[in-house]
Amino acid sequence: MAKRIDVSGLSAYYGNHKAIDDISMTVEPRSVTAFIGPSGCGKSTFLRTLNRMHEVTPGGRVEGKVMLDDENLYGANVDPVAVRRTVGMVFQRPNPFPTMSIFDNVAAGLRLNGKYKKAELNDIVEKSLKGANLWNEVKDRLNKPGSGLSGGQQQRLCIARAIAVEPDVLLMDEPCSALDPISTLAIEDLIGELKERFTIVIVTHNMQQAARVSDRTAFFNLAAVGQPGKLIELDDTERIFSNPSVQATEDYISGRFG
Amino acid sequence: MVTTTPPATDQNRSRRASSAVRPGDRIFSGLSKGSGITLLVIMAAIAVFLTYRAVLAISDDSANFFTTFEWNPAGDPPVFGIAVLAFGTIVSSVIAMAIAVPVAIGIALFISHYAPRKLAKPLAYVVDLLAAVPSIIYGLWGAIFLVPYLDGLNQWLDQYLGWTYIFDKSADGVARNMFTVGILLAIMILPIITNVTREVFLQAPKMHEEAALALGATRWEVIRMAVLPFGRSGIISASMLGLGRALGETMAVAVVLSPSFALSLHLLDPGGGTFAQNIAAKFNEADAYGRDALIASGLVLFVITLLVNGAARMIIARRKEYSGANA
Amino acid sequence: MSHAVQERPVALSKPRGPLSHARLPRWTPAAVAAGSIAAGIGIGLAAGWHSRTQWGMLAALLFVLVSYALTSKVEGARQAKDRVATSLVWVCFVLAVVPLLSLAWVTISKGIAVLDVYFLTHSMNGVLDAEAGGGVYHALLGTIEQVGIATLIAAPIGLLTAVYLVEYGKGRLAKAVTFFVDVMTGIPSIVAGLFVLSTWTLMLDFGPSGFAGAMALAILMMPVVVRSTEEMLKLVPNELREASLALGIPKWRTILKVVLPTAIGGITTGVMLAVARITGETAPVLLLVFGTKLINPNPFEGAQSSLPLYVYEQYQVGTDQSVARAWAAALVLIAFVMILNMVARGIARWKAPKTGR
Repeated sequence: MAKRIDVSGLSAYYGNHKAIDDISMTVEPRSVTAFIGPSGCGKSTFLRTLNRMHEVTPGGRVEGKVMLDDENLYGANVDPVAVRRTVGMVFQRPNPFPTMSIFDNVAAGLRLNGKYKKAELNDIVEKSLKGANLWNEVKDRLNKPGSGLSGGQQQRLCIARAIAVEPDVLLMDEPCSALDPISTLAIEDLIGELKERFTIVIVTHNMQQAARVSDRTAFFNLAAVGQPGKLIELDDTERIFSNPSVQATEDYISGRFG
Repeated sequence: MVTTTPPATDQNRSRRASSAVRPGDRIFSGLSKGSGITLLVIMAAIAVFLTYRAVLAISDDSANFFTTFEWNPAGDPPVFGIAVLAFGTIVSSVIAMAIAVPVAIGIALFISHYAPRKLAKPLAYVVDLLAAVPSIIYGLWGAIFLVPYLDGLNQWLDQYLGWTYIFDKSADGVARNMFTVGILLAIMILPIITNVTREVFLQAPKMHEEAALALGATRWEVIRMAVLPFGRSGIISASMLGLGRALGETMAVAVVLSPSFALSLHLLDPGGGTFAQNIAAKFNEADAYGRDALIASGLVLFVITLLVNGAARMIIARRKEYSGANA
Repeated sequence: MSHAVQERPVALSKPRGPLSHARLPRWTPAAVAAGSIAAGIGIGLAAGWHSRTQWGMLAALLFVLVSYALTSKVEGARQAKDRVATSLVWVCFVLAVVPLLSLAWVTISKGIAVLDVYFLTHSMNGVLDAEAGGGVYHALLGTIEQVGIATLIAAPIGLLTAVYLVEYGKGRLAKAVTFFVDVMTGIPSIVAGLFVLSTWTLMLDFGPSGFAGAMALAILMMPVVVRSTEEMLKLVPNELREASLALGIPKWRTILKVVLPTAIGGITTGVMLAVARITGETAPVLLLVFGTKLINPNPFEGAQSSLPLYVYEQYQVGTDQSVARAWAAALVLIAFVMILNMVARGIARWKAPKTGR
């Protein structure tokens, strides 16, 4: 199910401001690709163009092509709603629906997409919660509100919610930045397991995290404040952190700026 | 440096207050405390004096104040009762709410989630302004402009929905009836309900909307999953505020309705009355006792609006405890 | 491959279609709307409905139904539901805008016909009901005086009460005040009028006067001022208070010199909005001020007039000339209220604390 993403010539705008400029890259299936770079370099914006979430911000506009295997996400008759169903997303701050129970949170995406029998639904919710390493912690209180969980548990609940609809790709926008180190570790372990099933793209500010979880790493940077962000280089994580081919990457990684 | 901070907590307030008390401080705090007490005294006085006058009136009423279909305090013996007024007040407000609440939610959603941004901002501003249009102007417009426009609709309703009884038009005449009053009240309270509801919708946390979007929800599904649940209590309290306005509205009803003291479920027949309308209409011809009778009916209106507002406050208070965003 | 893959269940969720499906062109809603309006007018004309409200309602109904049918046929059930919601929201918008636009248009077009300098500078002294001419000077004067007195009573009490609630208030008294301010906000204007009637007029035996009306208006105005001032004072950052107190400035001077000046823009706005609200109140004025055709500059003695009351009276008279005067006075009133509102909102925007949001 995991699919390859092939981006070519992609630029994104906020109104008249160009946020990212002419990005082309390939994201391999069944692997973790990490986006790193200084604040404001457009890595989150770029992530959001991969499931057409960028265009929901007022003034948001995208040019270019994103191929998911052989389908262009920005093709003429493509329904953004269908795209987002195929490309799941986990956000920076855990955002379970506060008025729904844990069970309903996980089932939320499924219920949108068709009718399920109660038993089917139970199965999928259990599988998804297990897949997010949360089942043992919540199996006795599935009907309690999701907002009663700890931050790390909430984030895993959001991951369960995202994988319940069996997306092809899972986008993660700094999923650990609001969490404590132990919860972060739990999520990182989970990412390692999930990559067997999904294509995973993760934005992170934490370079150690990128080094720990990702197979490939993309470094984004911007020439100056107000300039659009660009992809500087994309390579195997090991290579990026040991022997990057661009000087700017090395400067950033060794902490000389950013 | 200008930042927003939460209002002073009790803790650091008392820390500040513990400094030595100066005469200036004592005078100033005394003044402000006195103002607060003045407000309480006024409220108490309103309740006491209205009740006192009402008791004077009701004790001489030869009929049952709550069940009588007549208003003749000048008669011998005086006969008056609020049954028709209570019925008319409630019916007109119910019609107004039935129309205004769904439409207001629609407009609020339009402003907060549907309208192009260039349209949304000026529209919100205009709705704000409309909430300030004096009720007498709604009344004037309603009587001269709306009534003739609704004539056709009334006939049509009579023709096709007459079998429902409530839309059966048994008497001829222009549309100066409870149905028109309800529509006019709906138009009047629409901006009030819309303003509050819109504010609540705009406060719905973006992150939950994004969560719904990212699951592949359509715009309507996003609203149903992430906006309406968050705004439910806000919608209810906004509606209550609107209801309070509709119940107490005087001039618009007085100008549009052609009143009578007959209790009729035929909404399209002219007639009926509301508390406030009756006071405005009967006041000039009333003698001293007649005024007391009107005050008694005003007291009932006062109690009803207190109950409605109290309910609204309780809902708002509960909403404050409910934390939509989990931080 | 790791065990995670082997454990993975056979895809449980429903298979999904391709990303793209047939979609209606972007101009569809506009076209459906145009078609519905045309059909509404056409059917309305053909059936001989003389009320244009019916044409409009039919068009709205057609718009929603056709949108639903088209979308569910071409795009699917979920999209159709979404489209119905969108159509309904648009219909609500139009439904609301039409009467409100009509209100504005009618008031302006009818009012402007009579409104001139003469109208603004003359009273109704000696003008017969069926006679053209006359003016609103006495009513305008009455309104300004009554609202002015009401503001003089309500603004200081409201302001100080808000200061009490934010800066001093704690314990049961503050809770009671907060609660009753809320209750007071909901008092119908006619009830406020009845209260002053029962005390001032019936018990103390004063005749009708502008002052009596002003007292009722003040009761309506107080809670509004308290609420808005309270909101504004709460926005003043605590650091400012602490900085001032740390300099050894007494609390009352801190409030007067630091807190109130910081919030003054918002407070002004709140007071002006409250003034705008009571300017249009008719019911208490009707009970307490009584109305007159003559200029009475003394608000403390004798009947006065006021703009909303004038509108009501002229409408009640019912001659063509008097109704025309009612519209003109309504226009003056609405202009008065709208200018207050716009200035107030302008001040709010101009003085708004820059929160960086």
